[in-house]
Amino acid sequence: MEKQEIRILIAKVGLDGHDRGAKFIAQALRDRGYEVIYTGIRQTPEDVAKIAIQEDVAFVGLSLLSGAHNQLFPRVVAELKKAGAEDIVVFGGGVIPADDIPFLQSQGIREIFTPGTTTDQMEEFIQRILAERA
Amino acid sequence: MGADLISKNDGPDCEDSMDQEELKKQKERWSQTTLKAFVSKTPERQTKFLTASSEAVEPLYTPLDAGSDEYCLSQGFPGQYPFTRGIYPNMYRGRLWTMRQYAGFGTAQQSNERYKYLLANGQTGLSVAFDLPTQIGYDSSQSLAEGEVGKVGVAIDSLFDMEILFGGIPLDQVSTSMTINAPAGVLLAMYLAVALKQGVPCTELRGTIQNDILKEYVARGTYIFPPKPSMRLIVDTLAFCTREMPKWNPISISGYHIREAGSTAVQEVAFTLADGIAYCQAAQKAGMEIDAFAPQLSFFFSAHNDLLEEVAKFRAARRLWARIMKEKFQAKDPRSMMLRFHTQTAGSTLTAQQADNNIVRVAIQALAAVLGGTQSLHTNSRDEALALPAEKSVQIALRTQQLIAHESGVTNTCDPLAGSYYIETMTDRIEQEAQAYLDRIEDMGGMVEAIEAGFVQKEIQGSAYRYQKSIEDSSLVIVGVNKFQVKEEPPRDLLKVDPALRQIQIDKIRQIKATRDNAGVGAALDRLEQTAKGVENIMPSLVDAVKEYATLGEICDVLRRVFGEYRQQVIF
Repeated sequence: MEKQEIRILIAKVGLDGHDRGAKFIAQALRDRGYEVIYTGIRQTPEDVAKIAIQEDVAFVGLSLLSGAHNQLFPRVVAELKKAGAEDIVVFGGGVIPADDIPFLQSQGIREIFTPGTTTDQMEEFIQRILAERA
Repeated sequence: MGADLISKNDGPDCEDSMDQEELKKQKERWSQTTLKAFVSKTPERQTKFLTASSEAVEPLYTPLDAGSDEYCLSQGFPGQYPFTRGIYPNMYRGRLWTMRQYAGFGTAQQSNERYKYLLANGQTGLSVAFDLPTQIGYDSSQSLAEGEVGKVGVAIDSLFDMEILFGGIPLDQVSTSMTINAPAGVLLAMYLAVALKQGVPCTELRGTIQNDILKEYVARGTYIFPPKPSMRLIVDTLAFCTREMPKWNPISISGYHIREAGSTAVQEVAFTLADGIAYCQAAQKAGMEIDAFAPQLSFFFSAHNDLLEEVAKFRAARRLWARIMKEKFQAKDPRSMMLRFHTQTAGSTLTAQQADNNIVRVAIQALAAVLGGTQSLHTNSRDEALALPAEKSVQIALRTQQLIAHESGVTNTCDPLAGSYYIETMTDRIEQEAQAYLDRIEDMGGMVEAIEAGFVQKEIQGSAYRYQKSIEDSSLVIVGVNKFQVKEEPPRDLLKVDPALRQIQIDKIRQIKATRDNAGVGAALDRLEQTAKGVENIMPSLVDAVKEYATLGEICDVLRRVFGEYRQQVIF
């Protein structure tokens, strides 16, 4: 599949306004040829799932720096499942302690990217998932 | 080899009063001979040298670069216009800056304990961090508050929480800064109500509310209302404080978050002062005299990694604001022209990798703030890229300030880096480039219009992207991240806020609603609604409502109904 056919939604859930990282990832992936949509800040899990389905994305990247990830990230996965869109791959990033990662993965978040992750690493992840599915 | 090169070149033929032409010739000669020969044998580490804001840096600065203006015009003396050298005549020889650590998490009780710990460790002022629901005017019981209660700060739902937060802390003896913006008036009203209960008159209260909504739209995100009613709320708090609370700073015009969002040093200065100009114009439009409120304006900047660029930035900001106040606003009172500011070391520079390195980063940044003449300072803790700081980390951060204050010697004289050719050149450059931005913003109709057009957001975003790219391609070295990495285990057992805390807050709200005079609350909220719809100052009705134990959410819902809510335009 051509990169421009791969749609990725970058989303800010919760009340956190720190969007520097989310915007960087969105722009960096777009510069590498992907079709990227950014939601803006303060979205609810329901909003994010709705946009993801409407925009027919393959991936949803969630960004959160306020510490509400354990509550909000799993809700996005649940909302997608409820709408029958569990094929959309959800990943996340932000200030997320290592202790929380196994829980988030058990809730269906495929990967958690911690500070220091490069665009290369993120693209490797995307390509790996696509290869699995091909 | 070095000695060999030096011996081949004569020293400069310096006369005591070398004229500019002669100096230029000498410098050219040095550059073409001594420097060139040296570099041809030992190439420089990089092909170009840049500041943290991507400005080119020359190998050498001389009087040719700096001090094009007369000394007295561009620098003056400390405590005098244009305040380049500091706002007080003797700076830290008189009083040190206020050491103020931003803190707050969990319940009011937990935060109260942290404040007492900090005060016992020699901190000289309080700085309250509120959780996101509080900052956006939601009670903890609101569905949107899920997961966020008590996380990035303390949860305050009503005056009851505020009474616990300041329990046992005499408010006539501390100064308190509160990072609160959209609902700043409500939290100020709560603080006043607590003080009155302690028997402290509001004329005695010292402190600051951030109350700077414009940077929320471009950088920080805790807006509630659209710009117009938001500006009215700010003007109301300004008017109220100048009348009732002469020792209070009703606003802290903040560049910190603009820088944290990824701006350059120049953009930080320019957009902050542009916000300041917008507030002054709004207050004037409401009939206030510039000298009646300008002495109570305060500022808040970041201290980033580039030590010397940051020092120059603070100096440039002071000089530029003084000129704006005098020339643009025709202020007469010198206090109106003084840019007083708080500084926080740049949180975005902290790394999760090798977290102890952050102690050193923070020390360098804090030194920049002090060499730049700050009035108060927060030093970040080493573990903040990972989680809320542990007590031990907070102590090291505070000790960093105390070391600079008492051991380094930099506090013994005013503005000690002044006169450095590099510092003066950069001070001039930052001032000029910030002025160019201010001119562009004025041409667009002012800061509110520039924000609505997305101009400010785009400028910041562009800089943020370039900065991150330079880290990814390693042209900017971040120790432990893209160089000198080690394998390390992720840290465990970080400070965590108990998710059950939301239920504690919800129970408290329920208890308050069951025991307060609900008819009184209803009447106070009705009066608030009428005031919000009219033109009268809103502060007295906010004070009445909080005294009745109306919750923050109830009060903000009234205002949301009257003012509407701001929807961010996604600029990407």
